[in-house]
Amino acid sequence: MNNHQPEISSALFTATVFTRKKQRMQRIVGIVFGIMAVAILIPLFVLVTYLIIRAWPSLTWDFLTDVPKNGMRGGGIWPALVGTIYTVTFSLLIAVPIGVMAGIYLNEYAKDSWFTRIVNMAVVNLAGVPSIVHALFGVGAFVLFAGMGKSIISASFTLAIMTLPVIIVSTTEALASVPRPFRTACWNVGASKWQTIRTIVLPNSISGILTGVILQVCRAAGETAPIMFTGAVFFKYVQRGDFFPYHLNEQCMALSYHLHTISTQVPGVPEPMLYATAVVLLGFVLIFNSFAIVLRVYMRNRKKW
Amino acid sequence: MEQKTNISIETDNLSLWYGKFQALYDVSSRISQNKITALIGPSGCGKTTLLRCFNRMNERFANVHINGEVKITGKNIYDPDVSLIELRKAVGMVFQRPNPMPLSIYDNVAFGLRIHTQAGRINRAQEAEAVEKALQEVFLFDQVKDHLKKRGTDLLLEQQQKLCIARLLPLKPSILLMDEPCSALDAEATEAVEDLLRTLKEKFTIVIVTHNMAQARRISDESIYMLKGQLIEHSRTAELFLTPKDKRTEEYIEGRYG
Ligand SMILES: Nc1ncnc2c1ncn2[C@@H]1O[C@H](COP(=O)(O)OP(=O)(O)O)[C@@H](O)[C@H]1O
Ligand SMILES: [Mg+2]
Repeated sequence: MNNHQPEISSALFTATVFTRKKQRMQRIVGIVFGIMAVAILIPLFVLVTYLIIRAWPSLTWDFLTDVPKNGMRGGGIWPALVGTIYTVTFSLLIAVPIGVMAGIYLNEYAKDSWFTRIVNMAVVNLAGVPSIVHALFGVGAFVLFAGMGKSIISASFTLAIMTLPVIIVSTTEALASVPRPFRTACWNVGASKWQTIRTIVLPNSISGILTGVILQVCRAAGETAPIMFTGAVFFKYVQRGDFFPYHLNEQCMALSYHLHTISTQVPGVPEPMLYATAVVLLGFVLIFNSFAIVLRVYMRNRKKW
Repeated sequence: MEQKTNISIETDNLSLWYGKFQALYDVSSRISQNKITALIGPSGCGKTTLLRCFNRMNERFANVHINGEVKITGKNIYDPDVSLIELRKAVGMVFQRPNPMPLSIYDNVAFGLRIHTQAGRINRAQEAEAVEKALQEVFLFDQVKDHLKKRGTDLLLEQQQKLCIARLLPLKPSILLMDEPCSALDAEATEAVEDLLRTLKEKFTIVIVTHNMAQARRISDESIYMLKGQLIEHSRTAELFLTPKDKRTEEYIEGRYG
């Protein structure tokens, strides 16, 4: 009968059964989520430690700067390291201006119409296309149709196409996060759209844009498929420590592809070398990632709204 | 009304639709120069909408359709040859929530000058002078002169609102539109801003939207009462509050004072 009577607690403000239940739930949720957070750190930590331990005998300065020897069974990875820097740099030179401009257009200029909706949808979907599909597209479009052949430039274009969607999406999102009152304020003193973008919107969204770009650096460096058919080569003779060993119309070695070949195509490569190559590739990615995080924190502290 | 004063803003059978919804019905009004005109009326009656017609801000929203004329110093601002950028230089707006830009105090005020002057046309000293003058005019200079590099967004709300007024001044506008400029401020700050408005009206025509009847009485010379998108009554503030001509105005004012 007395369903609606509140539970009477013995003293004022002491927890009722229901309150205690809520508190217990709260604690459980906190613990479970905490475990999840730690759980995703553990594999990364284990992976990195394991790789470094196995790679230790080969992890020397020489390994970075030397060229492969004894049919890839000795020496270092210099040509692959430089090759990766080449393809990543050139793909960025192509993808960043196009992606950022497209993002600015989509977020700042384009009116909401069926056309822009289709473009937005296409961009989001392209971001989820597997890299092997980009690779095949690269072969068709750049290597064969555009007549670039298998070359650094073909590989860079293919990587650029692969990274573009995410660069566009992160640009639009970074721009959209700039509060509207700032834009109104600019508009109100008679600033043109471009003046508003240049003086207020871009300076306040650049960290988001850069974060997106840097994450794509990691993707471009790590993927094997897109360069495998478009510009990566098994072996290329290069001077030790030479920073400019490649022409853009030549093929080059690359870290990800090199790791793939020495671990599957070449018998008898010493194990530490395999692991060391993986460590270098992972290090490349982690360095860029931490750079992205530092940048983000720095920019966030600078802007206070 | 006396016809001696010059007319600054004149609307002629102005109607406005948001999509299919009509927000303004044949509003005809004449707003005097160097006076403070208050727009009052219940929430949703179209005060903000009317105010935004004076600087064509409604066009920022999709699907807005306008019929009629708005003349500012005799020129219809909806004529095709009107440049929105020039219009906004002449007609400044202050918003409900202060919206300084995420720049330093100095840059906030210099912003307008910079975007409207070609590179090299103005030197640093002239710019600094204009900034100081604008900050003086809003009684802010003495408080902020030692930290002009501080961010505008870090100031107190009252100071932010004054900064938002100051940044309009270097452009030498003739009209200041204010949409409930004190509603985010406490009583003391409101009084400070009201004092400021009284001095500013010597140079500018001020149109202020307010839901605060006492404020309208304190600071405005003329008042416009609106209801459901229509202009009901426009007269000198004292008249409108003491001897309203329209029954609806009377009811509203009585209602608001209890
Ligand atoms: N951007 C908009 N889109 C559609 N309807 C709007 C928009 N702005 C205002 N309205 C409508 O127009 C009417 C008048 O609004 P507004 O001018 O803001 O009133 P007030 O400022 O007097 O409170 C309201 O009914 C409101 O819902
Ligand atoms: Mg309003």
